[in-house]
Amino acid sequence: MARIAGIDIPKGKRGVISLTYIYGIGRSQAASVLDRAGVDQSKKVEEWSDEETGKIRSIITDEVKTEGELRSQVQLNIKRLMDIGCYRGQRHRKGLPLRGQRTKNNSRTRKGKRKTVANKKKATK
Amino acid sequence: MARSLKKGPYIFYKLDRKIAEMNESSKKSVVKTWSRGSMISPDFVGHTIAVHNGNKFIPVYVTENMVGHKLGEFAPTRTFKGHGKK
Repeated sequence: MARIAGIDIPKGKRGVISLTYIYGIGRSQAASVLDRAGVDQSKKVEEWSDEETGKIRSIITDEVKTEGELRSQVQLNIKRLMDIGCYRGQRHRKGLPLRGQRTKNNSRTRKGKRKTVANKKKATK
Repeated sequence: MARSLKKGPYIFYKLDRKIAEMNESSKKSVVKTWSRGSMISPDFVGHTIAVHNGNKFIPVYVTENMVGHKLGEFAPTRTFKGHGKK
């Protein structure tokens, strides 16, 4: 029952994996946090001593931007792009891919579910 | 891929010169340019630059937030007129 960075309670997994459940911490960030805390990466979360947990927690809260703070930063970055009216901002507004991918097909991640256009007539022979 | 730091940002030399002249004499006028690839440097802030989009010049008023972007990002080259209206 380790509670780190507010809301996340990962447990029963290896430390490196467990930490990645926090938004803003991936594999490499998790590894570096554990290294700096001097905890073995393969140690399960439930095996952490209170001291180790405290160390990890303080490193994450002080040095790593996570969860709400990080999310709001990302949103601010997007908002900045939209406000200055640059190409990437316009693509964000339209919900289309930003980096020059094709949009004739695919791009469903950005465009969302297919919206079928009704009554598309077939070409007359 | 990002540009090498050694070279510094790319700014078309004539554009750079014109802006520098305007800053010196603290004048403001619209500068036309075709150089969409030029980086917006902090000197450009407050000026209006007319950036070519392949058809005509789009006036871009440079604000502080735009520094570090390229001029072309603010002058779209395509116009989307919507799908399938008859």
